[in-house]
Amino acid sequence: MILSLTAERLACTRGDRKLFDGLSFRVSAGQALAVEGANGAGKTSLLRMIAGFLVPAAGRLVLKSAQTEITDAEERGKSIGWLGHHDGLKPQLTVREQLDFFARLYRDPLRPSLAQAPATGTSPASASRAGGADLISVLERVGLARQAELPCRYLSAGQRRRLALARLLVSERPLWLLDEPFAALDVAGQALIAQLMVRHCGHGGIIIAATHDPLGLGNESLKL
Amino acid sequence: MQFLFRYANPHNFMRLSGAVLPFTAIGAALALTAGLYFVFSVPPDYQQGTTVKILFIHVPAAIMAMVAYSSIAVCSLLSLVWRHPLSDTAARAAAPLGAMFTAMGLITGALWGKPMWGAYWVWDARLTSFLLLLFIYLGYMALWNAIEDEIKAARAAAILALVGAVNIPIIKFSVEWWNTLHQGETITTGKLAAVYVPALLTMMLAYFLLFLSLWTIGIRTAIVERRARNLMKGASQ
Amino acid sequence: MNSFATLLMRDLRLAARSGGGAALALSFFALVATLVPLGVGADLKLLARVAGGVLWVAAVLSALLSLDRLFQGDYEDGSLEVIALSPLALEAVALAKILAHWLSTGLPLTLLSPLLALLFNLDVAPSLTLFLSLLIGTPAVSAVGAIGASLTLSLKRGGLILPLIILPLLAPVVIFGAGAVALVLDGMDGIGALALLAAFSFGAVLLSPFAAAASVRLNLGG
Repeated sequence: MILSLTAERLACTRGDRKLFDGLSFRVSAGQALAVEGANGAGKTSLLRMIAGFLVPAAGRLVLKSAQTEITDAEERGKSIGWLGHHDGLKPQLTVREQLDFFARLYRDPLRPSLAQAPATGTSPASASRAGGADLISVLERVGLARQAELPCRYLSAGQRRRLALARLLVSERPLWLLDEPFAALDVAGQALIAQLMVRHCGHGGIIIAATHDPLGLGNESLKL
Repeated sequence: MQFLFRYANPHNFMRLSGAVLPFTAIGAALALTAGLYFVFSVPPDYQQGTTVKILFIHVPAAIMAMVAYSSIAVCSLLSLVWRHPLSDTAARAAAPLGAMFTAMGLITGALWGKPMWGAYWVWDARLTSFLLLLFIYLGYMALWNAIEDEIKAARAAAILALVGAVNIPIIKFSVEWWNTLHQGETITTGKLAAVYVPALLTMMLAYFLLFLSLWTIGIRTAIVERRARNLMKGASQ
Repeated sequence: MNSFATLLMRDLRLAARSGGGAALALSFFALVATLVPLGVGADLKLLARVAGGVLWVAAVLSALLSLDRLFQGDYEDGSLEVIALSPLALEAVALAKILAHWLSTGLPLTLLSPLLALLFNLDVAPSLTLFLSLLIGTPAVSAVGAIGASLTLSLKRGGLILPLIILPLLAPVVIFGAGAVALVLDGMDGIGALALLAAFSFGAVLLSPFAAAASVRLNLGG
């Protein structure tokens, strides 16, 4: 169970350019943080830094759980659900195969992840354990049940985004990093993701989202 | 290590290298003059005749080709493990020099081979290893040039340089094994007669100083270029 | 099924569904083997003499064909980020991809080699040696190739630069592989050469996942 993510005086440089410096914030379980700022302000870079892809030029990130403090980037990555610019889908795989792959990849029976997602009872989060029927129930939740056997190459941009959301649900990660979560989604899709985010926070998850639109979660926001 | 880091700062490097460069450059010129004088004044070999004189140009080039690659490998290690700021620039600047020495070694080797073996290229083990080394240099430089992001290019090139460093001894061993399998030729000088030793040593010193000078100039040029680029960027913003 | 097997199966499935997977490499392999006699003539003695070297070079080139996409596809569509955050270490990811590449190219090439050896008039013993050397050596091609693929994964034209940085490093594989065949042709024992090849292959498969993972890490940082 993750309690909080704390950033202490983070700095990010790209080439010779300084994107941000001395950035500190703290997000606790059940909270969402919207990262706002103009194009090129470093929103995506901050998310990539939290995910451990980028190494901070200065400062550090601390992930606190009930038992321990995690400062190692690779270790932190095992708590993260990632929704990036790209949806991470293969045109050759069907929707169900794609989701099945994510579910199995993230649930290694040999390596139970240290920081489990908050217990969600009958939620789709348990889908990956059983597979089959539960995958379909996750697809139903994101409105893709009828496309289950369709190769991903035939999905529209919005449908691809929905499948990427389904990946978040099966990955059972407590810390969601969302880069422009509303991009390419229609009104119904935006309502869907808002509902998923509320639910995730309600179960004690943490969300950090780079966005131009308000998250509508009564959340804090961080201007870059 | 501490010492290295103090001079890793570009500013300090420019100052220090600026002071040392004239000495290594003049030293290289003097050693080269003396070396060439020795080379022309030594008597011809009783077996190889005047052809032996090619070896004074060939052997130091071959040695410097390896020295240059070792320099790249050490710089790459410094860059990857200790994030040593100047070492990427240094590694990149050494590559064309190493490639040049390798090419020189190959060409002089082939010229030596024509009178000795009757053919320019007989797939001698050492020359074949050096041909592969030349390709490794070319690949290394191509990778540097292909990746636009300078930091990424530096890291990728460093990884490749280290992979190459692990592999080069194996390549050398495999080529020698191959050579005995197919009974190819080998450049054998036998034991070098004592008259040739001063000439060879002077030439080696000359090559080494030449490499140091050109390497320093290469690194300095890269630093100045980067400063100019930053100035232009600053002016345009 | 654990994460490693999951990734392996998915890569194999992708290889099978994109352009026939092994079929392309196999056709290329067979084509090169067909062109060589057209170039050097149909002297059966000569063909048997060069078969080991020619088929080894052709196998390495065929395996290179699909190498540049080893990480690139996943990098471009964002899958690599998702995979990097999975419980699987990047070193294990690289190893899974090396294994998938070998199973979809190196192994099929090896299985086809006895047939091509027939075209080159190779006897049973050297043909078997060629088969064994490919079986032992092609994993090294996939492994060393994975380093090159990871270094060039962000390049649009990485397919051009990849052979340049990889082929010199693969010289020992060709030397020991073709050398074993040559030794057997001369009535000698090829075991020593095969042992050297196995040592190289083992080292390559053991070490290259680390180099590839380091390089993937640096590319994700961009």
